[in-house]
Amino acid sequence: MIKKLTASPLLWPALALVALLVVNVVLTPSFLSIRVQDGHLFGSLIDILRNGAPTMLVALGMTLVIASRGIDLSVGAVVAVSGALACAHVAAAADPASVGTVLTAMAIALGVAVALGLWNGTLVSVFGVQPIIATLVLMTAGRGIALLITDGQIVTTASAPFKVLGAGYAAGLPVAILVSLSVFALVGLLVRRTALGMLLESVGINPEASRLAGVRHRSIVFAVYVFSALCAGIAGLMIASNISAADANNAGLWIEMDAILAVVIGGTSLLGGRFSLTGTILGALIIQTLTTTVYTAGITPETTLVFKALVVIAVCLLQAPKFRALLTRRRSRTRPGSGPSGSEKAAQPSEPSGGVSATAMATK
Amino acid sequence: MTAPPSGQTTAPVVHLRDVTIDFPGVKALDNVELRLVPGEIHALMGENGAGKSTLIKALTGVYDIDAGSITVDGVEQRFTGPRQAQEAGISTVYQEVNLCPNLTVAENILLGREPRRFGRIDFRAMNRRAAELLGELDLTIDPASTLGSHPIALQQLVAIARATAVSARVLILDEPTSSLDADEVAELFRVMRRLRDAGTAILFVSHFLDQVYAISDRMTVLRNGRRVGEYPTAELDRVALIAAMLGHEVEVLDEIADTVAASSTAQAQIVLGAHDIGRAPAVTPMDVDIHRGEVVGLAGLLGSGRTELARLLFGADRPTSGQLTVDGEPAALRSPRAAIAHGIAFSSEDRKGEGIIGDLTIRDNLVLALQARRGFARPLARRVTDELVDRYMEALDIRPRDPWLPVKNLSGGNQQKVLLARWLITEPRLFILDEPTRGIDVGAKAQIQKLVAGLAADGMGVLFISAELDEVARISDRILVLRDGRQVAEVGSDCSVADLTTLIAGEGAA
Amino acid sequence: MTQTTTPKLPPILSTGLLGAATRRARGRYLSPLASLVLFVVMFAVVVTRFDFASPAQVFLNLLVDNAYLIVLAVGMTFVLLTGGIDLSVGSVVALSTVIVATTLRAGWPTPLALALVLVAGPLLGLLMGLVIEYFDVQPFIVTLAGMFLARGLCYVISVDTLPIDDPVMRAVGLNYVYLYEDKFIRWTVVIALVVVVIAMYTLHQTRFGRTVYAVGGNRQSAQLMGLNASRARVGVYAISGFCAALGGLLLAMQKLSGYSLNGIGLELDAIAAAVIGGVLLSGGIGFVLGSVVGVLVLGTIQTFVTAANLDSYWTRIMTGVLLLVFVLVQRIVVRKPG
Repeated sequence: MIKKLTASPLLWPALALVALLVVNVVLTPSFLSIRVQDGHLFGSLIDILRNGAPTMLVALGMTLVIASRGIDLSVGAVVAVSGALACAHVAAAADPASVGTVLTAMAIALGVAVALGLWNGTLVSVFGVQPIIATLVLMTAGRGIALLITDGQIVTTASAPFKVLGAGYAAGLPVAILVSLSVFALVGLLVRRTALGMLLESVGINPEASRLAGVRHRSIVFAVYVFSALCAGIAGLMIASNISAADANNAGLWIEMDAILAVVIGGTSLLGGRFSLTGTILGALIIQTLTTTVYTAGITPETTLVFKALVVIAVCLLQAPKFRALLTRRRSRTRPGSGPSGSEKAAQPSEPSGGVSATAMATK
Repeated sequence: MTAPPSGQTTAPVVHLRDVTIDFPGVKALDNVELRLVPGEIHALMGENGAGKSTLIKALTGVYDIDAGSITVDGVEQRFTGPRQAQEAGISTVYQEVNLCPNLTVAENILLGREPRRFGRIDFRAMNRRAAELLGELDLTIDPASTLGSHPIALQQLVAIARATAVSARVLILDEPTSSLDADEVAELFRVMRRLRDAGTAILFVSHFLDQVYAISDRMTVLRNGRRVGEYPTAELDRVALIAAMLGHEVEVLDEIADTVAASSTAQAQIVLGAHDIGRAPAVTPMDVDIHRGEVVGLAGLLGSGRTELARLLFGADRPTSGQLTVDGEPAALRSPRAAIAHGIAFSSEDRKGEGIIGDLTIRDNLVLALQARRGFARPLARRVTDELVDRYMEALDIRPRDPWLPVKNLSGGNQQKVLLARWLITEPRLFILDEPTRGIDVGAKAQIQKLVAGLAADGMGVLFISAELDEVARISDRILVLRDGRQVAEVGSDCSVADLTTLIAGEGAA
Repeated sequence: MTQTTTPKLPPILSTGLLGAATRRARGRYLSPLASLVLFVVMFAVVVTRFDFASPAQVFLNLLVDNAYLIVLAVGMTFVLLTGGIDLSVGSVVALSTVIVATTLRAGWPTPLALALVLVAGPLLGLLMGLVIEYFDVQPFIVTLAGMFLARGLCYVISVDTLPIDDPVMRAVGLNYVYLYEDKFIRWTVVIALVVVVIAMYTLHQTRFGRTVYAVGGNRQSAQLMGLNASRARVGVYAISGFCAALGGLLLAMQKLSGYSLNGIGLELDAIAAAVIGGVLLSGGIGFVLGSVVGVLVLGTIQTFVTAANLDSYWTRIMTGVLLLVFVLVQRIVVRKPG
């Protein structure tokens, strides 16, 4: 049992998270305390969950895209567009405070998000464009479109129902985190209880072989990009709702990077294939906890990024087999990069040269 | 056509003595001796897992040796990497043509040795020198063309040209003919003989016994990491060779011939009928009919359209003409999914690229096609999967017997069996097999051929494609001969390999 | 009897002009040439649409305004050719401006301040390259961490805008270099063009450069052919770091200030420029000159948006559209060899 636990790829992220929490507790003994006020739960842990909800959501979508051997750089732009559309609709509506208006606004925002996801899916699946470039197009143009919608201004809304998603509470917990965890649960059930997980992994590992085996390659690729955009759309609504405004310049800025980091820290490889939703959630929590840790430790917020960098590198190194081998001083058979190591039976790794292979959707 | 046995008196240019390489848990090479003599083609023979690959990697500096010595020209060498091996005069051409497809032919030949002038690379001189080297091998390939624009066969010859640019005393060819058709193999052998006559020592690794007998002067046989013996080719017949490689006689092959002869080929129902099926420019419209319980063989060279035709029948490619019928009903097979829904299965010739899903377990690989057909919403129950997996792993003798292993860790033969099992689980009506025995050892080959014969006997229609004509002849009830995308003949199972070869070569061939 | 082995290409690709273009090495030039054509067309459109006093100067201004981006794109090209990516360059640019501004204000002699920056950039690049190559961590992640690190260091050093009034910097940044009549550029352009020439020489004439291309084509092959693939893969990140540092200096000279919020998103501009210029993200194909043309294309968009008095976000939208058009055209017309 212990051996199985230590062999689990979730070990390092889990340990990292625990370590961060311990540091927090040491610095602030009251860190773990949760108090009840007005029927709502408050506390540092709750803050972490609520602030991290949008990233968690985007990261969930990103996990499936990466598993399909793709990547989605456009989620930040979709966040901005989604928030802009919703706020613009509410602000221009006859009755901003009505639930109907808010629901319509959300529907519009999510509808457009799905359309953007279809757009990405079409570029990747029908036109065969590399995912990194295909989504780079939307990443570049999308934020401009969001600014176009808001005419370069920050659009504020004064609508109580609109605030519920981002700033409201239900059953004592922030609505945002409930939404994210529900999506996590739903997707988790979907991929593991149905065959979707295995089919997605097979598409990510070997797209052509999957196609010849009868797997619906195109549908799966479309689905993951739509899902990713949808998650980004919901996250955009959360963020806009939280501040009751749409800031097209800053909404979701760099969220794609945080999401990708969360996925990688969680153990899913950028090269596609096997993935772990739980790992992603852990990764997102680590990133959010890190920000909080820096804050509670009284370190200036400017250094957050430096700490983030160090933690990312540390976790990624620990996950890299070669680094671990270095630590345990295990000699490898071959020299670095000179070919496959180990027994003759090991298949030749058709090592795509390192870089954007996550995204080098084989144009074969 | 082999050179008279030489080497007894000439000193070896490369001599491996008592070479041992240990991997955790297994001795990949155990006190192996190998002598390569200049002006001789030496074949390295052995089953998968015998140690051939490891031996080559030791010779090329990729692996360290744990004991023994490698001497070149009498001087002991300690290779620390591919570069040292090359500097010692040993060049290798691998099965996966290790060149850079994005660079030109000349750049590939002279990479690392480009002629310079005033500190700059002299591209014109480089192209000239490359043309010279290609000319020495009697090849006319444009040195300024991009390597990737040429077919694999040509790229391999460019790789050999690169080896000669290094003035290689020793040339190692690792499975060079796996993707070549007969014409291209003949070309390759011509180049090899030219090099041999000029004094190069050539080490040739291949699974194709015919080729080994045609080209090599001497053979070394490995089994389980040990050297079984070194023999002049002319003195070792096939049966003795196989006995040395396997350690026992292979009687299974005879059994198969009996099975095929025994099964009747009475007129059964047509499972898959293709009328005027074609795809420009690779496949000229032709008619193909496969009956229940029948094994139809497709014989022809690479480029004759065999794989292309197979892919058309499976819906992997769209035909530009013709109609298909399944069980008498018209069927438009627009995609593999459609074909699978009609009960057709297809095992691709590119096992690694289009077959196995390497990182997934044997278990997942086995049920993939069945699951894909059911759709993602209806996952197979765990118990059902367990039972299916156990049954098929047993039936096909897939080793190791652990269904949770990633498929990429299996040997070629077992990977092929996993692929076959994947399709068999879907209980197809028609099974299209493209080169199912390529690159796997004799033992597994025999098992697969026996399996195919058994399937047909049970009523499945089979389309069997193989470059090994004796296999096709042994197994098929009927053989379709293709040449240049056109069907040129249809013969019965009594056709001899010699006749088949003549049909494939066409008029005017030697 | 000698036998000519003929390659078996489908007829459409083996005959005629298209056949010649795709088979010979010149097929590789198809993409950057298309970019050049695109640039000329766009530039002509912009110049005819608006009444500029001197179209030639408008072109030269493109070079002046984007000198730092040209240097950045050159560095990025090296990395992309090996099939990698470097997301840290924008932050290293900012870090360079902040370091140079801070050290100059603290009284350091100019050469020392410049040297510090030009050492720090490649050092960070080298570190990233080593982690990528020897621990097999994906370049995307490592350079992303590098981006955070560099940006974080920026914030730590200073969050304010720091003016620079060093005479050397002012001279390089502001002085006119007259070419003919009254047409001018600045020294930053000269530096950028020198970098381009050196890069071209390195990629096409040195062993290192050929190794970079080989590694991008097939890393294992390059290694087996006896080339030092590891050194190439690590080296390109150091080069990219150096270019980012130099680009930062050029930017600092241009704006005469250091600011930690400089260059946000600049790495994506560099990548877009390279892609438009015909560099493939999968590696092995592309030219430095192509990336330079890509920068000019991006600059033309900016010129257009400014001249037409549009809101600045139109730049992003148009860049995105252009990227899309270019990528689709590349997909349809130019196929990767093999």
